[in-house]
Amino acid sequence: MNIHEFQAKQVLARFGAPVPKGQVASTPHEAAAAFTTLGQPKAVVKAQIHAGGRGKAGGVKLVSSADEAREFAAKILGKPLITHQTGPQGRVVRRVYVEQASQIARELYLGMVVDRKAATVSIIVSSEGGMEIEEVAAKTPEKVISEPIDPLVGLASFQARKAAFALGLKDKQVNQFVALATSLYKAFWATDASLIEINPLVVTADGHVICLDAKMSFDDNGLFRHPEIRELRDPNEEDPAEIEASKYDLNYVHLDGTIGCMVNGAGLAMATMDIVKQAGAEPANFLDVGGGANAEKVAAAFRILLSDERVKAVLINIFGGIMRCDVLAEGVVEAARQVQLKLPLVVRMEGTNVDRGKQILKDSGIKVITANDMADAARRVVEAIGGRGANR
Amino acid sequence: MSILVDKNTRVLTQGITGATGQFHTRACREYGTQMVAGVVPGKGGTDFEGIPIFDTVEAARRATGCNATVIYVPPAFAGDAMLEAIAAGIELVICITEGVPVLDMVRVKHYLKSSKSRLIGPNCPGVITPGQCKIGIMPGYIHTPGHVGVVSRSGTLTYEAVHQLTQLGIGQSSCVGIGGDPIVGTGHIEVLELFNRDPETHAVILIGEIGGTAEEEAAQYIKQNFKKPVVAFIAGQTAPKGRRMGHAGAIISGGHGGAADKIAALRAAGIAVAMSPADLGSTMKDVLDKAA
Repeated sequence: MNIHEFQAKQVLARFGAPVPKGQVASTPHEAAAAFTTLGQPKAVVKAQIHAGGRGKAGGVKLVSSADEAREFAAKILGKPLITHQTGPQGRVVRRVYVEQASQIARELYLGMVVDRKAATVSIIVSSEGGMEIEEVAAKTPEKVISEPIDPLVGLASFQARKAAFALGLKDKQVNQFVALATSLYKAFWATDASLIEINPLVVTADGHVICLDAKMSFDDNGLFRHPEIRELRDPNEEDPAEIEASKYDLNYVHLDGTIGCMVNGAGLAMATMDIVKQAGAEPANFLDVGGGANAEKVAAAFRILLSDERVKAVLINIFGGIMRCDVLAEGVVEAARQVQLKLPLVVRMEGTNVDRGKQILKDSGIKVITANDMADAARRVVEAIGGRGANR
Repeated sequence: MSILVDKNTRVLTQGITGATGQFHTRACREYGTQMVAGVVPGKGGTDFEGIPIFDTVEAARRATGCNATVIYVPPAFAGDAMLEAIAAGIELVICITEGVPVLDMVRVKHYLKSSKSRLIGPNCPGVITPGQCKIGIMPGYIHTPGHVGVVSRSGTLTYEAVHQLTQLGIGQSSCVGIGGDPIVGTGHIEVLELFNRDPETHAVILIGEIGGTAEEEAAQYIKQNFKKPVVAFIAGQTAPKGRRMGHAGAIISGGHGGAADKIAALRAAGIAVAMSPADLGSTMKDVLDKAA
């Protein structure tokens, strides 16, 4: 789960990380009031969407009056902001963050992430702040320094100092950085974060090290123990079909193609998308119904698949291990009736009770194209929409 | 011979009285696995269909001599269950549970380093040596004893591969689901090392997916050290960047973990990569025919 910049700053501030003062606003009027409350000669108005690249896309502005804050907020609120991370449709700006302006002397990068290879949290720093760290790592890998943190010891001060010296920090800035990094590491563990990114981390003109931007992502599997973090979820930033799917414990990811896919198991679901593509069409989604799908879950999966108007045919690929094919077939029949399915439906089933499952589909009177194996299923579903390339 | 488990393996179930634990303990026993004990804190002294239940793993081990455990407890408690099994010195710990917080796995993995236990999973189907021992949730009947080892990050996709092999008359030595999470107890390479040493394993199917760089590292290992033919498949060739595809570990992030890089690395190591999941069995058949 991702959260907005202003939320991340609120969370990090609770753990003692230095962040500029700011206020969130959802109307131009509130933005003007926020400027006045801050009481500073200058402020920065920043669009709040779950995507990077806001500055370059025109979503951030330095203002020096309440009127200016109101004007800029009016200009961007309620409209999509298109950055290189949002895709061509952009993301609608529903809130802005009005923050006291900082005099920037240096821009640096500080990140913490669950490092798969080291199997622990690593701290990552770079002197190239304000740029995407992936880009820096690709072009100048020597400028990205990463160090795994022992989970039992925690972030040792010497490790943080080492990072500070690598960033060229001096005097009091070193200890400020150590304190800042330590508070971030505490926040990471205390909230089951999967990523904290401070980009840029800045040294101000008067020598303070502060978090100018902040991004936090959380481990979905850890959210059950953090109700306060769960509340920060912004459904406007998520696909409505994906939210609906999560209610039924279905794993659904919306894609751009025309073949709706329903599969059990994440690996098989990805492989099914791949084979649809190889057969000459594009998958409309990833959908894993899981191991214990019942008729209700299958019906919900059907509704969600079909809520995508681009879907022209449905492919069900189930390897029944624990899940019995006859139970699945009953679920499919019931769901197809409930939703009055009019699109071509291709079913490939294999595994436990497969013959009984096929018989149920046959006897149901529902028009089902049955396939013998995965490759056959992909071929048939592509045929059903008019052949290779028909969806482009 | 086989790897990890055989007919002598004595298995404990942690979480034996939950619906999943009950169902699969029964199925594994029916398959012929020696299911010798269960652990449910607070239910020690009772039994599940004749299998004695203990309060702690340590007590179960002392009383029954179990040398493997399978964990079905809910995600919030799975990390603790793994730690308990490792602390009790169980040689093989298999965690089926999906949804374990990744920071819990950071601690478990750290603890594992100073122990002699091997952890498989979490978020995996388990381990099977066909005809001898099944520990986990895979359907036993699709397997046939034989000489192809299978190692995979995915559950149902593994069943797909095994089914294709069996249909073609190719049996399996052992099949290991290593799990779909970003941090797992045992990786591809460690399983390959075991297959390398196992005289009964003549070839290996490796199933990977997007996310991380484990397959690239496995490719390097195979190129330098692996003596047997390998067939590979990578799921997620059509997966978009930055989206998690069901498995917690299946995400292309920061320009890493895409299928194309993995396939290229495997090919560069001389591995036969099946582009279609439907060709896993036939690709292995071709490889075996050529070797014969």
